[in-house]
Amino acid sequence: MAGPRYIADPANALTSVALDGLTVLFHAPSGMTHIVASPAPEILDALRAGPADAAELLRRLRARFEFDGDEAIHARLGELEAAGLVRRA
Amino acid sequence: MRHSLALQIGPVAFRIGSAWRSPLDALARLYAGYPAPADGLCDFTVRLEPERPWRRFVRPSVAIRGDYVLPDAAPLALAHGLLAAEMGMNLQMALGQRRWLLLHAATVERDGRAIVMTGESGAGKSTLAALLGERGWRLMGDEFALLDMDAGTLLPFPRAISLKNGAIGVLEAEAGPGRFGPRLAGTPKGDIRHLRPNREAIARMGEGAKPALILFPRFGEAAAVRGVGQAEVFMRLTQASTNYVALGCRGFDALTGLVRSVPALAIDYPDTETAVGLIADFRRELAA
Amino acid sequence: MTGARLLVRALRDPGSIGDCDWMGLVSAARAEQLIGSLAFRMEGRKAPPRVAAIFEAARRDAAHARTQALWEAEMCRRALAPLGVPVILMKGTAFHAAGLDASVGRSVGDLDILVPRASLPAVEAALLGAGWERLKQEGGYDDVYYRRWMHELPPLIHKDRDRMIDVHHTILPLTARPTPDAAALIADSVALDNGLRVLAPADMIVHAAAHLFADGDLAGGLRNLWDIDRLLREFDSADFRRTLEERARLHRLAGPVARALRLSHRLYGTPVENRDSPSFSLADRLFEARLLARNGWGQERRKPLRLAFYLRGHWLRMPPLMLARHLWIKATR
Repeated sequence: MAGPRYIADPANALTSVALDGLTVLFHAPSGMTHIVASPAPEILDALRAGPADAAELLRRLRARFEFDGDEAIHARLGELEAAGLVRRA
Repeated sequence: MRHSLALQIGPVAFRIGSAWRSPLDALARLYAGYPAPADGLCDFTVRLEPERPWRRFVRPSVAIRGDYVLPDAAPLALAHGLLAAEMGMNLQMALGQRRWLLLHAATVERDGRAIVMTGESGAGKSTLAALLGERGWRLMGDEFALLDMDAGTLLPFPRAISLKNGAIGVLEAEAGPGRFGPRLAGTPKGDIRHLRPNREAIARMGEGAKPALILFPRFGEAAAVRGVGQAEVFMRLTQASTNYVALGCRGFDALTGLVRSVPALAIDYPDTETAVGLIADFRRELAA
Repeated sequence: MTGARLLVRALRDPGSIGDCDWMGLVSAARAEQLIGSLAFRMEGRKAPPRVAAIFEAARRDAAHARTQALWEAEMCRRALAPLGVPVILMKGTAFHAAGLDASVGRSVGDLDILVPRASLPAVEAALLGAGWERLKQEGGYDDVYYRRWMHELPPLIHKDRDRMIDVHHTILPLTARPTPDAAALIADSVALDNGLRVLAPADMIVHAAAHLFADGDLAGGLRNLWDIDRLLREFDSADFRRTLEERARLHRLAGPVARALRLSHRLYGTPVENRDSPSFSLADRLFEARLLARNGWGQERRKPLRLAFYLRGHWLRMPPLMLARHLWIKATR
């Protein structure tokens, strides 16, 4: 049973700066700044290819990065959704 | 308003209006030697007003108002009118400043390099900055650091330094008596005495400086120095800024630029002299 | 000339103020929440360098305020979309979302939305589930007053973004004398591309007029009238005037709307429909004096006038006995 599908904003909506292991993001549509850790930047990147549910997202992450954790994907998506960085399709 | 005074402090000009003369007389004495705004115009307005009309005379109570206000701010007694004026100026900067990124920090400069000291209230930044100002450093400010978001430089904002309780005696031993405001006892923060920056600081209030070091000082611990990761520095600086959120993309670019180009250290110190010594060491390393 | 009078003149005809009391102008504008609007009106006009820098900073600030306001609306949309109820943006956020002239330089405080009354519990639940929190103590006196009598839920604040949302089900409290037609407001609302809605333009003006007179103590009145001036000029036509009159009558706010237009004409030169200027009554003069009661230091003058208007505002919201009880409880807190 597929869960909800998520969408991220296009790449030009975000300015991303890496600072010793963490990523600082400026999200233009909200004017807000977020400090995030992996796998948040990778999730946002993987969603740029198009909307995806959690299962599809995991597939994309494994294909592009060395990604092993999967239980936490729902929690990470929830956090990104609360922050406004992803939304439901 | 019955009485008024205009002050230029660094790039910012204030006009302060008051229902009573005494706070402005005290302010004028404290800021002796400061220029009046060149064009007669000001960036912000502060008003010292009676909380209620009859409180102008009966148990006079000074409400701090102006262009930007804190709705629940408690009024002060007229005896603390000078403090009310200072708080009023702080409020305009904290709530209304948009031209420069503000950091709640003390800044000193030497050899064209600026050191920014930021951290929680009570960490001793003001006292440290004041002391450094008497030991050959130029005091650029003790309350707010102004970051030019385009150039990446820091601009001076040399307000009178607010010294509390024990720190008052420390500076009374070093700075000339003519530079102090009255001792204000029984304020919400204890005893306060203001110290005017020295002549050099005033004369050079139009001169910016490149940031060379960010310090997070912590008073009351055994001397120690540690590096601070850039992500942590970024986060702590956003917390120390009253206007970061309002500045959007420009603020983000300026702050990430600052964090990536300027080293940061956390220092613990048991007493101010130790801190002064540590900073002298940093100066030598920066010059090397 | 300085203070509110200078501000009104500058908004109305920016080219006419020449070398004026700039600080009086800026302080009055800041006090009236009109510094953004003024800064855009003054764009390209001659001003001393320091003042030009103040205006430039104010324009930038207004752009950021717009971004934040539209973002609040978007996050509200995401939270309420599953409910399928009409969500109508109001006031400043609506102007920005619809790209109206009234949005230029307009600051926005809280997000105000209008929803059908029957959907209130579901709306509140959805917002609470999406990170908003209640402000006042549940079940306390203010909460009871709000839920039974006011035209909105008690305000909610978002726990991460620290911004407030006010959910209305009509545009005036249930206890007030004029009773607007909430169903008509919703039925005639206009859809935006993203599914959110705004009031029909005529209803926007009716709402602004209601807000100006019946829903408060005239605080922020100069900004309210500026909104009305900008809205009217954008949509003005013979047809629109007729529609505006009809809607004002429908919502039983014909009096306030007519007065708002007289005041707007008087202060901002908003075009009038009839050949002759509508006559300016004694009551109108009192309102005008109240609106202009700010000096060049940003202080409100003529205090007795101000207190009288505050009482009037509350009186219109509540029957006299309730008002007495409300003020008694507030005073003894």
